[in-house]
Amino acid sequence: MADAAAPPSEAFRLSMLIYDSRYRSTTIQIVVLILFLLGFFWLANNAVQNLAALGKPINFGFLSQTSGYDINQTLIEYDSTYSHGRATMVGLLNTLLVAFMGCVTATLIGLVGGVLRLSNNWLVSRLVTLYVEIFRNVPVLLWIIVCMLSITSTLPGPRAFRGDDPEASMILFGNVAATNRGIYVPQPFFESGLGSAGMNFLVMAAVIIAGIFFVRWNNKRAGEIQVQTGDRPNTFWVNFAAMTVPFIVLMFVMGLSFERPELRGFNFKGGMQIQAPLIGVWLGLSLYTGTYIVEIVRSGILSVSKGQSEAAAALGIRPGLTMSLVILPQALRVIIPQLISQYLNLTKNSSLGVAVGYADLVATLGTTTLNQSGREMETILLLMAIYLTISLTISGVMNWYNRSVQLVGR
Amino acid sequence: MSLSFVRTEMEEPQPAPSSTVGIVAWARTNLFSSIPNTILTIIALYLLVRLAVGIFPWIFLGVWDAGSLSECREIFAELYPDGREYACWAVIADRWDQIIFGYYSADQYWRPILGWILIGVSAVPVLYPNTPRSLLYVTVATAFVYPFLVWGGTIWPYLMAAVGFGVGYGVYRILAAVTAGNAFSSVIAVSGSVIAAAVWWIGLSGPISGALAEAMPWGIEAFRSRDLAGFALAITIGVVAIAASLPLAIALALGRQSNMLIVNKLSTGFIEMIRGVPLITLIFVAVVLLQYFLPSGTDVDPILAIMILVTLFTAAYIAEVIRAGLAAVPKGQYEAADSLGLNYGLAQRLIILPQALKIAIPGIVSNFISVFKDTVLVSIVFPNDPLGIADTIRADSNWNGIVWELYGFIALVFFLFCFAMSRYSLSLEKRLQTGHR
Repeated sequence: MADAAAPPSEAFRLSMLIYDSRYRSTTIQIVVLILFLLGFFWLANNAVQNLAALGKPINFGFLSQTSGYDINQTLIEYDSTYSHGRATMVGLLNTLLVAFMGCVTATLIGLVGGVLRLSNNWLVSRLVTLYVEIFRNVPVLLWIIVCMLSITSTLPGPRAFRGDDPEASMILFGNVAATNRGIYVPQPFFESGLGSAGMNFLVMAAVIIAGIFFVRWNNKRAGEIQVQTGDRPNTFWVNFAAMTVPFIVLMFVMGLSFERPELRGFNFKGGMQIQAPLIGVWLGLSLYTGTYIVEIVRSGILSVSKGQSEAAAALGIRPGLTMSLVILPQALRVIIPQLISQYLNLTKNSSLGVAVGYADLVATLGTTTLNQSGREMETILLLMAIYLTISLTISGVMNWYNRSVQLVGR
Repeated sequence: MSLSFVRTEMEEPQPAPSSTVGIVAWARTNLFSSIPNTILTIIALYLLVRLAVGIFPWIFLGVWDAGSLSECREIFAELYPDGREYACWAVIADRWDQIIFGYYSADQYWRPILGWILIGVSAVPVLYPNTPRSLLYVTVATAFVYPFLVWGGTIWPYLMAAVGFGVGYGVYRILAAVTAGNAFSSVIAVSGSVIAAAVWWIGLSGPISGALAEAMPWGIEAFRSRDLAGFALAITIGVVAIAASLPLAIALALGRQSNMLIVNKLSTGFIEMIRGVPLITLIFVAVVLLQYFLPSGTDVDPILAIMILVTLFTAAYIAEVIRAGLAAVPKGQYEAADSLGLNYGLAQRLIILPQALKIAIPGIVSNFISVFKDTVLVSIVFPNDPLGIADTIRADSNWNGIVWELYGFIALVFFLFCFAMSRYSLSLEKRLQTGHR
């Protein structure tokens, strides 16, 4: 009977490459690979030949050449004498800045909206639904343009703030000027800082991190006391003080003060200008992405089965604690992956800022540098590579999180 | 023991206390159940009233009949001497044709309109499974008739493109019959039909349709795609992208689910690369780079190039939706197909894909909504889509200064389309849920 189990030994025939499941997948893969490589080399060969015919073979040397153009919003030192590489860096930082601001605001909108949408207040939940439906069913580019226009065509120009009886006046006790060129707010600076902005920032970060470590140590200590005596000491005020008091003291030592924007000539001088394009892109992205986060938060909270809150009630846990100890930890497992993919979408959508003149990566590298250097291939490939890197980083974080919270078993 | 009182007749039923029924009770439980709730209600009411007072008069007291913004303002000055101004809807009335149809001349408007009706009819059998299957022939025909209606010219190139499929199928049948019994029959037949179709499309269809066009110039006025604008452009890009991307998306999803290493990695790489970059960079590629990747001298129509890149973009996203559908088909279905002795192609076509696509339809519809919304990105490179047309109108000296009326109208049109589609996908989700659980 041993013979029956052994496969019949056949001589290899060419047709087995297709009909024998042992070889078929290899055949298909080789054919696919050959077709892919042929297509790839055809495209690449065309590109190389066409570029060579135009006399501009691929060369990233332009990145170190002088850019020769100004950028209206720079987070690092920059002017037209710096290189194209530096301009790209400025654009990247602007992209990351508006993406970060947008993510924070969209999350706030989403959390508040999601909770309000689930509230048993009929009017409020309908209002939130109205907001969600209106904002998510219209292109985000249109919202960005509308937010930008609501600044540039409804707010008064700086000129209106002039004279003895001005048409417009500064708000918030004369500290903030909302004009059609942007919003001017007081700029913080240190009278007796440590010399450079970087050093000041490092010291502040160090104080905050020390505070966080103290809070963790304090919570651990409270946990140990709870295990020993059954009573958990109240840690809130100590933790609060540990996070705030050293920071406030540091601010006093470094002499924190604010420079208020003032009207000089035809424009505001001093203070910090949050430019109209930044506000437009930021508001537009936040309001649009916020609608998606509202839905994510709502579905996340609804995904926790009712038995969980009933079980918590049966254990005598108060409603507030039920939310924070039972519902939210389980809802977050559903919420966070979707939230991160919305952050990814928001970051990619920030590229639309170019339509309202926001100096992001697309506007600097993808438009002005492209036009100045005439290097279409290099700039656009670099642009795509940078966005791809950002996306892959974010989705890498997401995969790592998914693995770490995955339910074990089942 | 004595009974002091025995009731001999029933009491009349009393109505429920007025505090638990009717509008008062409803308001109590839904609006004023607690102090925070009451505060929320008051804030919401305040916001709602402010919004209504601010917006409704502006909308409903607007002027519909005027030739320019200054005419609108004159009318307002006449009607409201205190200087109040309302919406100047005259711009929509004046430029309606341009916003909707772009640059078609007025006697050609029937073309986009007929095309949209065809799309509506051909979407029915795809969206509603209970309709007669014969409608699917309309769907297939629309794939060739819609481009003919949009771009015009003689009828032959479109007919020849359709004939190419027939040529491929015919060659397949002939080769399969001729080589029957040969070990390589199916390989010869498939590759032969692909080569024949390719030869037809690339080499033969051009000269033949040219000759036919000279002999029998049947057709309608040709239309350059760079004149395609307004919602005609948005709808065309959206429909082309979704229809052309579906086959590619299915192939990519199957590739990503496959356990063949090279196929899997290539599909995954393509999907992740496309999903990792913003659409605007792909539009840049279409407009600026695509000409470099083709043999020198190839004339690339930028709108067509944008359509191709938007199709690739959509395919990557829909592939992920279909992959989720494939993953949601229970493992038993794959095993049942195997145990019936179906090969891979038959198992996918008859068992797996019908179920997976059914699950994926809501996701595909929501992707269609995003593609349709994303068509406005064209305005960053060409002033052709609805937002670009809005810029063009605002640059006109008659309507210089118009802002909210135009953007409000465009937003309204997008909202109506997208809201309807999202309602459909919601109702579909509900229907599918009851079917499966």
